[in-house]
Amino acid sequence: MFVEAGHFALALALGLSLIQFVVPLWGARANDPVLMSVGRATSLAVFVCIAFSFLALTVAYVTSDFSVVNVVANSHSAKPLIYKISGVWGNHEGSMLLWVLILALFGAVVALARNSIPLRLQANTLAMQGAITIAFLLFILLTSNPFTRSVPAPAEGQDLNPLLQDPGLAIHPPLLYIGYVGFSVSFAFAIAALIDGRIDAVWARIVRPWTLGAWAFLTLGIAMGSYWAYYELGWGGWWFWDPVENASLMPWLAGTALLHSTVVMEKRDALKVWTILLAILTFSLSLLGTFLVRSGVLTSVHSFAVDPERGTFILGILILIIGGSLALFAWRAPLLKQGGLFAPVSREGALVVNNLFLATACATVLIGTLYPLALEVLTGEKISVGAPFFNFTFLPLIVPLLLLLPLGQTLAWKRGNFLGTAQRLYAVFGVSLIATMALFAFEYGGPVAAPLGIGLGVYLVLGSLNEIVTRSWSRGTPLSVAWRRAANLPRSTWGAVLAHAGVGLTVIGIAATAWGVEGLATIRSGERVKAGDYEARLERVMPRIEANYREDVAVFTIFRQGQELGSLESMKRLYVTRGMPTTEAGIMTVGLGQVYVSLGEVAADGSVGVRLYYKPLVLLIWIGALVMALGGGVSLMDRRLRIGAPARAKMAPSAAVPAE
Amino acid sequence: MRFVLALLTSLVLTVPTWAVQPDEVLKDPALERRAREISSGLRCLVCQNQSIDDSDAQLAKDLRLLVRERLVAGDTDQQVQDFLVQRYGEFVLLKPTFSAHNMLLWLTPILVLVMGGIGAYAALRRRPQAAEALNEEERRVLEALLKQDRSAS
Repeated sequence: MFVEAGHFALALALGLSLIQFVVPLWGARANDPVLMSVGRATSLAVFVCIAFSFLALTVAYVTSDFSVVNVVANSHSAKPLIYKISGVWGNHEGSMLLWVLILALFGAVVALARNSIPLRLQANTLAMQGAITIAFLLFILLTSNPFTRSVPAPAEGQDLNPLLQDPGLAIHPPLLYIGYVGFSVSFAFAIAALIDGRIDAVWARIVRPWTLGAWAFLTLGIAMGSYWAYYELGWGGWWFWDPVENASLMPWLAGTALLHSTVVMEKRDALKVWTILLAILTFSLSLLGTFLVRSGVLTSVHSFAVDPERGTFILGILILIIGGSLALFAWRAPLLKQGGLFAPVSREGALVVNNLFLATACATVLIGTLYPLALEVLTGEKISVGAPFFNFTFLPLIVPLLLLLPLGQTLAWKRGNFLGTAQRLYAVFGVSLIATMALFAFEYGGPVAAPLGIGLGVYLVLGSLNEIVTRSWSRGTPLSVAWRRAANLPRSTWGAVLAHAGVGLTVIGIAATAWGVEGLATIRSGERVKAGDYEARLERVMPRIEANYREDVAVFTIFRQGQELGSLESMKRLYVTRGMPTTEAGIMTVGLGQVYVSLGEVAADGSVGVRLYYKPLVLLIWIGALVMALGGGVSLMDRRLRIGAPARAKMAPSAAVPAE
Repeated sequence: MRFVLALLTSLVLTVPTWAVQPDEVLKDPALERRAREISSGLRCLVCQNQSIDDSDAQLAKDLRLLVRERLVAGDTDQQVQDFLVQRYGEFVLLKPTFSAHNMLLWLTPILVLVMGGIGAYAALRRRPQAAEALNEEERRVLEALLKQDRSAS
């Protein structure tokens, strides 16, 4: 019964989102505040319905209700509870339900921000959210219904894909989806502005927190996915330029550009048309990502034929939303007035360069991902575009951007002085140069990439922090005063500094992978495998049986230069229901680096294939991403963005008059 | 998105685990390094976007052994690559060739960057950098206003 109720709630949500789409839009045209405010109530109701529906599916999973096809295909009664819950979105139907749930959640939050957004803008925005909800609810109800019953119900389920039975599944998709779907709010605001034909700094101020939030979550989601792949897939790679990864990287790049252009618009009332276009493109790329992943078009062009209905449906949604919004843009954008003049060398100019490079990088990833598909469809020729292509094209675009980053951050608004700015950074240049040289001398004859990359990372971190220093300290300022000034800098400044420093940390982590070493051997108990300074001694291999899998556990003792560091376990698992083997790497964190042991074949005579890696500073890759997201969070707390917060009173001038 | 990838991979028969086996490794470390270098640029044809260096599939193993065989026989890196392309088509290369049908792929980054740059520069130039000077009429009005202002205060 509960399952049917969930299904019904989904259909009800579809009806309500139709109202959410039509009525406020009409109200905005007719200038009727009552009709306009219908959007609020309906978007809350839509959220409640979808949340109920999601709950119904979750209950079916938790109680192992094998009368539901979706549960049968992706669950098992012996599965641990956490994977029963995360298994709800570990499949196509459930993950689409999570997608619309988050979409509706964002709609509800926009609706609740009743005092901070002008009614008309809010009405148009909620109508657009409603339109997107309609499209995806139809998709779920017509092609991917998670509530289909299986008659007769089997006694046991087929279990969840073992690779997904990991805490990563509980965290990664929700984070990623909040990021993806969060951009729908910026998109809806952009369309609303186009419909209204009016856009100004207030618009930018309203939209910026949404973009920031979505961006921070997307950053976390991508980083989490990368770390998950790193420890789960068992060969220690952390980014593969896989089409599915690219699908999440593209909205991230566009979203980063959007974040920066919104700053220009908010502060200087410039780049309006471009910002609107970026908001549309960013969400379009999120949709494209969903399409690429959900239609299965990536595996091969032919998988379209396997399930043509779903693929075609999403493609239809894609064309309707993207095509429609771009057409609206072409029609209405000329109406928007340009404001805010600036010289080419200025903070605005630097942010234009930032946008140019990010957009190009995004276009590169896009063409690299889609070109093989297009070529095969058009000419029948099959080519592969993989990591070597992306490394070759992406790096030359990103490195100049990163080199310019601290300079741009230091330039003045409106009209800047390039040399003067460079002068303010001379200490940063000096220290990073010395660091690079020292690393070269230290490693003598090692890979070139590592010192250069780490030098770049150091330059980014110091260059960002330099902003705080120059704004709070000058020669002769007592430290306590400087400290207070630094603490009083706007949160958005701190946010930007943190985010940019986070980029630097990630760059250092990536560059240091060039120093990674690996060792490879088939060994028995008591024997060792060596990688650089590190050694792993195999102590024993023992079988272990858990609820839904059995595994061979190899216990290793790790040594550095002959000194014992501790022990770790590396597993080779077999998930019984699916008969599918997985490896669980044994990982030991040493400082910011990691020792990583993965198992190969376990032979009958007790010998084991072992691969040992030492990856110096590898954790910085993800720590950097965390710091970036943290920067986004800190920036969100800036009081300027808390609309409706009382403006700070001007400092009373009388305080400066000494009492005589 | 990794989990979706994992879903897809599981459909395509391989579980990515382990790649190069100890018994495949060449004795000569220089040759082995070249072999690894070449392998990481070759696609495992039956996998999802994995290089043969990363893949555990049987075909990837065969290809790895083939690469090593050719290297031991004295082929240059280029010859090994050409040999594999001849056998399996361009699909085997993870970095596509710089040829006519891939022109658009290779040139897109540069085209977007250059055209975007020109576009941005043109948009900046088109906007007047300074407001026009006041004409006689406007100056007179301004004078009058200022005078009024001064006398008022």
